[in-house]
Amino acid sequence: MPRTEFTPSIPSRPVYSGLSSHGSSSALMLAEGEGAEAILDLAAQDAAVMDRAHLIFIPAGTGHGPALRALGAKSYVEVPGFATALDRYRKALADAHMGTRLYVAGSEGMIGQAVAEALAAGLPADAIETEHRGGIARRMQCVHCKGITEGVTTDPFLCAHCGLTLFVRDHYSRRLGAFQGVCVDAETPGDVPAVQEIKP
Amino acid sequence: MTLRFNDETFRGDYTFRNSPQAVRRFPFPFDQDSYMYSVNLELHKGGRAGSVFENRFDVDEHYVAEMRDREITLAEDPLRCQSLPHMELAGWDFLELVMTTKAEDYPDLFTLHRDGDRWHWINRPLNIEQRFTFLDATTLPCGPMEYITRQTQGDHALLDQRDGNLWMDAGMITSQADWSLDFDIGMNFFEWHAPVPKAHEMGVFQRALKFLLNLQQGAPVRRLNWTMTVNPRLDTSPENYHKWGPEKRTITPGNVGEKQFLRVELQTLWRLPRSNAIAFPIRCYLCSLEDIVTVPKWGRRLHRVLRDLPEELATYKGFAVNRPMIVDYLAQFDDGAETSPGIFPD
Repeated sequence: MPRTEFTPSIPSRPVYSGLSSHGSSSALMLAEGEGAEAILDLAAQDAAVMDRAHLIFIPAGTGHGPALRALGAKSYVEVPGFATALDRYRKALADAHMGTRLYVAGSEGMIGQAVAEALAAGLPADAIETEHRGGIARRMQCVHCKGITEGVTTDPFLCAHCGLTLFVRDHYSRRLGAFQGVCVDAETPGDVPAVQEIKP
Repeated sequence: MTLRFNDETFRGDYTFRNSPQAVRRFPFPFDQDSYMYSVNLELHKGGRAGSVFENRFDVDEHYVAEMRDREITLAEDPLRCQSLPHMELAGWDFLELVMTTKAEDYPDLFTLHRDGDRWHWINRPLNIEQRFTFLDATTLPCGPMEYITRQTQGDHALLDQRDGNLWMDAGMITSQADWSLDFDIGMNFFEWHAPVPKAHEMGVFQRALKFLLNLQQGAPVRRLNWTMTVNPRLDTSPENYHKWGPEKRTITPGNVGEKQFLRVELQTLWRLPRSNAIAFPIRCYLCSLEDIVTVPKWGRRLHRVLRDLPEELATYKGFAVNRPMIVDYLAQFDDGAETSPGIFPD
C-alpha cells in the first residue's frame, strides 16, 4: 500500500510527512500493519538507518514480519498490538539518548498514540518522523463520556462506551491521539443522518 | 455603588435575571450594523464609569450565583479544571493578579494582607477567609489556579509561551461556548482554533498570535466575542451537549424574546510576571432579546447584524436553526433609523 494522500484539512490535523533517513544514528522504529512497507522503503533508501535501530512491529494481520526481520535491525521484535507494545516502547523512549530518531509508520490512531507517548517522554517533535499507511480509520474520543473508540470508518458512528451516536468532528488532539466525536442528535434525539464512509 | 448579589440559577428553573442597571451596562458587541471577524484588540486600561470595562476584573450582580453554578459543574465533571504540571507557577501568577487587582478595585468586597510570603485573603461576597503561604500549594485547599478561579467570574485559560507559539496548558472552563478543555488542553494557538471557519484563511489567527507573543506586562488587552444561547445557561459545554441540546429547539415566535440570549464574552489577555505565561479570562455576559431591545439602538443594530450574517457563521455559532425566528422578532424593533457609531446606548 502506498503512502496515504489526505485531502487538505484543518490546522489541528497532523501532517504525516513520510520517513526519510537520518543515517546510522540511534533509532527507535515502530511500525504497524502496512506501515512495514514504509520501513522497507526507508531501508531501501539508506540501509545504514538500520545499523542502530530498535524495531517494534505490530503485524495487524499482515505478513510483513519476515521482510522486516531481514533488514537486520540491532533489535527486532513483533508484538500483537499497541497495548502490548507499550511497556517496551516506553522503556525504549526512556532509554533514548540525545540524537535518537523516532520513526513511526502505520494507521493514524497508532501514530497518534505513539507520538503522544514520545512527546510526553520528552522527545523533541523534530526528532519524530511519521508516515501514514493502510486504512483511514480514525481513533475517536467521545466528548461526552471521554471513551476512545478505535477504528472508526463511518460518520456518524456509535460510541463503544456510552452508546451515543456521534459525528466525526474535524478536530484533532495530539495529546489524546484522537479526533473528537460529538452527539449527532443532541438537539433532536433520534434524528440521525444517513451513515457515510469517512474519506481520507 | 453597593452591589446586591442576585439569588438566581443558570440551569433547571433558570431564574437568572438582569436588573435594569445590568442591561444598561451589558457589553453590546457590535459597533456598527454588520459583523465580520477581526483582530479587534484594544488596551484593557479601564473604560467608561459603570461599564464592564471600568475595572480590571468586573464583579457584578451575578457573581455569587455564577460561582455557585461553577461549583455544581465541577462536582459533576472535575475535568473542567485542569493544569499540566509545568503550569503551577502561572497559576500563582494569576492568583496574585486577581487578588491584588480585586482588592484595589473593590476594597469593600475583597481584602488582601501581605506580609512577605504570608498572605491573608478575605472575600466577603463568598464568605471566604484564607491565610496561606504564597508559592506553597500545600497551604491552599487546591491548586492556585483552581483556588482563585472558583472565586472569579468567567472562564480562565493559562497559555504557556514557547517555540513561537501559545499553548493552552491550563484552564478553568465551565461556561464555554461549545469547546472542551479536556480535548483542547496541550494544543497550540492554531490547533485549538482549528474548528473556526473562515478566520484562518483571513489570516486572523496569524496576526493575533504575532500580537500576543509580544504582549507586555502591565499592558493587558481586551476584545469582545459573541454567540447566541437559548436560556441563560452558562454550561453550554460539548460534554453536556446531549443534555442541553434539546432546549435549543424550544424557541417559538411567542417565547423567543424571553428565551433567546445574546451571549457576549469579554476576553482579556494578561502577561504574567514569573512564568511569562498569558492569562486569558473569558467573561460571559448574557442578555435576553427582550432586554436588549429596551435600548432602541441595540434593537435596530442587532436586527441588521443577525439578518445579514453569513450563513456559515450562524451555523458555527450554533443558531442557524433559530435565526429566522430571531430576525422576525427583532424586525419589529428596527424602524430603519440610523444608528450612532460605537457600542454604548445613546
